[in-house]
Amino acid sequence: MNTSLNLPEPTAYLPLLIVLPLAVAAALVLFRVPVRLERALLLAPGALILVASTGLLWLVRDGTVLAHNVALWQGGIAIPLVVDAFSALMLWATALLVLVCTAFAIAVGDDRAAYFGPLVLTLSAGVVGVLMTADVFNMFVFIEVMLLPAYGLLAMLGSRDRIRAGRVYVTVNLLTSTIFLAGVALVYGTAGTVNLAALAGAAAESPAVATGTGVIILALSVKAAVVPVHGWLAPSYTNTSAAVTALLSGLHTKVAIYAIYRLYAVVFDGDTRFLWIGVAAFSLTMLIGVLGAVGENSTRSILVFHMVSQIGYILLGAALFTELGLMAGIFYLIHNMFVKTSLFLSTGAIEHTHGTGALDRLGGIAKREPLLGAVFLAAALSLSGLPPFSGFVAKVTLVAGALEAGQWEAAATAVVVSVFTLMSMMKIWGSTFWGDPPKEEGGDGDTGNAGEDAAGGGVAIQDPPRVRTALLLPGLVLALLTLALGLGAQVLLSLSAQAAGHLLDPSTYVEAVLR
Amino acid sequence: MTLAITVGVLVSGAVFLMLQRGLVRIILGFVLLGQAANLILMSAGGTYLRAQPLLDYTPVDQASDPLPQAFVLTAIVIAFSITIYMLTIATAGCSDDTEDRS
Repeated sequence: MNTSLNLPEPTAYLPLLIVLPLAVAAALVLFRVPVRLERALLLAPGALILVASTGLLWLVRDGTVLAHNVALWQGGIAIPLVVDAFSALMLWATALLVLVCTAFAIAVGDDRAAYFGPLVLTLSAGVVGVLMTADVFNMFVFIEVMLLPAYGLLAMLGSRDRIRAGRVYVTVNLLTSTIFLAGVALVYGTAGTVNLAALAGAAAESPAVATGTGVIILALSVKAAVVPVHGWLAPSYTNTSAAVTALLSGLHTKVAIYAIYRLYAVVFDGDTRFLWIGVAAFSLTMLIGVLGAVGENSTRSILVFHMVSQIGYILLGAALFTELGLMAGIFYLIHNMFVKTSLFLSTGAIEHTHGTGALDRLGGIAKREPLLGAVFLAAALSLSGLPPFSGFVAKVTLVAGALEAGQWEAAATAVVVSVFTLMSMMKIWGSTFWGDPPKEEGGDGDTGNAGEDAAGGGVAIQDPPRVRTALLLPGLVLALLTLALGLGAQVLLSLSAQAAGHLLDPSTYVEAVLR
Repeated sequence: MTLAITVGVLVSGAVFLMLQRGLVRIILGFVLLGQAANLILMSAGGTYLRAQPLLDYTPVDQASDPLPQAFVLTAIVIAFSITIYMLTIATAGCSDDTEDRS
């Protein structure tokens, strides 16, 4: 405040990242604008947040923590917005996913649904808010800001069963939000504050605060779909449109994971007494998720069950709570956000073009769409943890972390589950991309086999439709990113190590907030 | 003590209603549960402090904690909007029965 120019500190601009998408959302509700302008406005805040978070990543790469107390209230009382390496990484990934998924939604025409734009923008504002806030009650509010648009998107777009799916999604999330709120009340009642920095280490000292925070983490675990509270995920995510599934899978469960990491690191101060619960629950999550996928017979439901399994992997990093474990967990989180979304988008492109995601009604797509096949294969291999993709680095670091912490069982589970993951991915690959197209129309299904005889020749069966480039690009971008993160893993690994440092020793974080 | 008992009664009523099949009853269950959570929040501020938290009007050692009240206000608004939304989807299907018919 002693600068000669009367400019506010750079951190004073942090709230803009939340306000901007909200303002554009409000403008899009109030004013009718031409389609092109609306699409540009829809993408602009995401692009801006991407640029801003890249800048933030650069600023926090050496371990700086940027904090701003909203309305310049005194630290500890104000609602603080904080960006450290962990939240900057998440912000960056979030902005990229929002951009890519919106581009996909525009390509399939989902954005023509009423209020699609405002809902997506509000959702992204909520996610950005959760990632930056250092106040537990404020976190509850932003989680609601992020969930309410999701309810709308889920009920607007998707299959015939989407209302029924929406009921499951809304009731489960309302229940967990209420539990979260009760947890906040318990924390406030026992610790007298809900400021994360003021709460630092409180749960490790007082069992009462630990119980309150435990209730909050329980609620977050339901939102992150940890086994045994994962049952809501499959029915709700499979019945909406592909773009919305991709968006929700990339952001919602992952934000809950971020919050679990942060709360456990700061409030529990990484208390080693409770870690075994996490190791057991998350190993089970890995296993049950992948086994659930075995019986599924559509691309999307297989992928949704794999989400559960992957969530186990990511959270295992938090349950290890060693430097290597946390670093691996954070790397895995970022990698998984990209890969999972890429898979949802490439299979979503197939679903949109062919009208189905059922395994037995698709086939031979790799021959007609080599690029789409390559995109899917890259993401699938990355998800299973094969080199040279980012999944390999993520899994190797995580298994190394588990072994280093002496968690042999968890490490073994992680390895076995990757084999199952690979089998499952090969199931999608084998029945959707390889083989012959299904001959359901009777007739000679072989005419549709190769794309070269374009006109088809007047038979009843039509030449199968081609996947448009605009549908392909979003998945491609993310697949290239996973390749890049695999080959140049050092960049993300060092940032993850920086983020893990803040979680292991939150003192810089706490000082920045209480300043 | 009264507050604790009230929360208990509200939660048990909420659980009973939420285990019913009709969505409207489930929604009413959520309304009760939301109120229970709000009461827990109110109690977090300490119920022995009752005076209005106004500057220069009430001594600080008697004024009630305004923060939980602000929390409750926010929570009520959010719960209210979700309740409205759920009532909408209860009528969007042909029946409000949550039974799995597929």
